[in-house]
Amino acid sequence: MNARKPKVAVYKFASCDGCQLSLLDAEEELLAIAGTIDISYFPEASRRMVRGPYDIGLVEGSVTTPHDVERIRAVRKECRTLITIGACATAGGIQALRNWKDVKEFTRIVYANPEHISTLDRSLPIGSFVHVDFELRGCPINKFQLIEVIVAYLHKRKPNIPTHSVCIDCKLKGNVCVMVANGTPCLGPVTHVGCGALCPSYQRGCYGCYGPMDSANTSALSAHMIEHGATKHELMLMFRGFNAYAEAFRRESDSHE
Amino acid sequence: MFIIQRRDFDILISALKQRGYTVVGPAVRDNAIVYDEVNSASDFPVGWTDEQEKATYRLKRRADEALFGYSVGPQSWKRFLFPSHVKLLSVVKKGKTMEIQSDASNEKPPQYAFIGVRSCELNAIVIQDKVFMNEQFSDPTYVLRRHNAFIVAVNCTQSGGTCFCVSMNTGPRVKGKFDLALTEVVGNGVHHFVAEVGSDKGAEVMKEVPHKNADASGAGVAEKLVDATAQHMGRTMNTDGIKELLFNNIDSAHWDDVARRCLMCANCTMVCPTCFCSTVEDATDLSGDYAERWRRWDSCFTMDFGKVTGGNFRPSSKARYRQWMTHKLASWINQFGASGCVGCGRCITWCPVGIDITAEAEALRKNSVRIEAEHSTGV
Repeated sequence: MNARKPKVAVYKFASCDGCQLSLLDAEEELLAIAGTIDISYFPEASRRMVRGPYDIGLVEGSVTTPHDVERIRAVRKECRTLITIGACATAGGIQALRNWKDVKEFTRIVYANPEHISTLDRSLPIGSFVHVDFELRGCPINKFQLIEVIVAYLHKRKPNIPTHSVCIDCKLKGNVCVMVANGTPCLGPVTHVGCGALCPSYQRGCYGCYGPMDSANTSALSAHMIEHGATKHELMLMFRGFNAYAEAFRRESDSHE
Repeated sequence: MFIIQRRDFDILISALKQRGYTVVGPAVRDNAIVYDEVNSASDFPVGWTDEQEKATYRLKRRADEALFGYSVGPQSWKRFLFPSHVKLLSVVKKGKTMEIQSDASNEKPPQYAFIGVRSCELNAIVIQDKVFMNEQFSDPTYVLRRHNAFIVAVNCTQSGGTCFCVSMNTGPRVKGKFDLALTEVVGNGVHHFVAEVGSDKGAEVMKEVPHKNADASGAGVAEKLVDATAQHMGRTMNTDGIKELLFNNIDSAHWDDVARRCLMCANCTMVCPTCFCSTVEDATDLSGDYAERWRRWDSCFTMDFGKVTGGNFRPSSKARYRQWMTHKLASWINQFGASGCVGCGRCITWCPVGIDITAEAEALRKNSVRIEAEHSTGV
C-alpha cells in the first residue's frame, strides 16, 4: 500500500442514519480504522470536510427527490469506488412503501403548502441512477460486514460477504429451525444472510431485513405458508417490509394484493 | 451381551469423562433433541420423544422415562467431526515474505465420546471416513477428531415418520464400527440397557460400569424391539436400479417440477449427515499484516458454489437440485462405493417446504416409466 492513507467519504440520502452510525458503532475497531483510512467527509461524525476526489464513497439512503438525483451523480464522479450500505441505498428502504401510493396525496395531507415540496413519485435505490461497485445489505447493516468490505477494498481482495439464505447461517450456528420445530413463519429460506441469523437465534421468524437472497424462490415459500393457514393479505405484508421494493420481494407482495 | 441397569448409566458417563473424553449426547434445546455436551443422564431427553413428518418436528412426552425414546434430531455428529467453521491457517507478514503462525494440523480438538449414535448415523460416519480419510486424501482436521472418538451406539427401538434406513440397508440395528452399543429396554418395571462391546476400548470402559451377563431372553427382548422398529419405517425408498434411474433421467421434466417447489435454502445439505462440501475464505485485518484462512460448510444449492471465472456452471435451481439428488443417490456410488444416503430422513423433516427425497425419486421413476411406455407404443 502507498504511504497516502485512502480517502473515504460517507454520504447520506433518504435514510434514518442507522447504517452510517454502524461505522461509529465499531468502537473497538474504530481507532484502527481511523489509523488506516482518512475519513475525509463524514458530516454525521465530523465538521472537518476534505474535498474530493475520494478513494471510497459509502452511500446510505435512497433517492427520493430531483435534487438527490443530481447529487448522487456528483457523488459518483468524485468516488473511485462507490459502496452502498443498507436497505434504503440497496432497495429503496421502508420509505419505498410509498411507491405503491400516490405521493402527491401524501404531500397534500401532510404539508400546509405542498407546492413547495419537490419529490419523486418513488423511493429508489442508488443503483437505479449510478453504477455501484458493491451493495452491502441490511436494515441496519452489520458493522463487521462493513469493516470486512472496507478492509477487502483497501487490500484489493474480494469481500467475504455471502449471498445465500439465512438458513445456512442458522445451521452453521446449530440453531433449531423455528419453522419446522415450532411452526413459526420465517422468511429465512428466501432472505440474504448478513445478520448472523439474529431473529431465529432468539426463536423468532426472520423478517427479511437483508432482502432477497441470490436465488429466492418466494412463491414456493408463500405456497407453503398458505397451506399452513396464512392469508394472502398476511403474505403481502410479510414481503412488504424494509426491502419491499427489492425485485423478488416486490413481485411476491404484488402477487398477493 | 451384557445388561447395564438404568441407575448405573451415570457411571458410564463418568468413566468416559475420567478418560478425558468430552462426552456428547442428546439434550432438549429449543423444542428439539440436539447433540450437546452432557454431564449426567439428567441432561438427556428423559421421557421425551419426537414426531416427525415432512417439514414438521414436534417434541412429545412419553409415558415412560426413556433416555433414547426418540429418533434422529436436526443435527448429526457431523458438526463435531467436521465442524461448520475451522481455522485452517493464520499467517503474518514478515517484510517481503510471510510466516505461517499456525495450521490445522497442530490444532488440539476435544477428544469426543458420542453417546446415542444411531445405525444410520454410524453409517454416515463411515461414509464421511471414506471422504476425509481415504488412501489418496486425508483431512487433518477430520482425522484428529475421528481417530480419538469413542462411540456409544444405540439401537433404535422406534422409527421416526421420515425414517427409511431399512430401504438403504443402514439400520435400524447397528453393525460394527462402535465401541459400545446399547439397546434400551423400558417398561413393566424394568429399565436397563442391553450392551454389546465392539472394541478393546469399549471393553476397558465396560470393566468400570456395573453389569451382568445377559441371558438369552434378555438379549432376545432387545432383538425383538429392533426388529419391530424395522417393520415400522415411516418411508421407503425403492433403490432398484437407482443409479441408472438418475443417470438416465437427466432431462426429465420432473426436475422442473421440483425446482418450482425448492427454496434453494440448502437446509437439506446442512442437516444431511454425509454432505461434506465446504468453502475456504481468506480474510485480512485492517493493517494487511495478518491473515486467516477459514473453512466453512458450503452447499451445492448456493449460487456461489458454481461460480468460477467466466460464469456459473450451475445457475438454475433445477440444475442444483438435480446435482444434489443425482450425486447423493447415484454418482456417490461410483465415487465412494456406496450410496450417499443413509435413510435418516433429516432432509425430509427439515426441508421448510417438505420436499421428500423418497417421493421425488418415486416421481422420477413413474415419469421415466411413462416416457418409456410412450416410446415403446410410438405415442
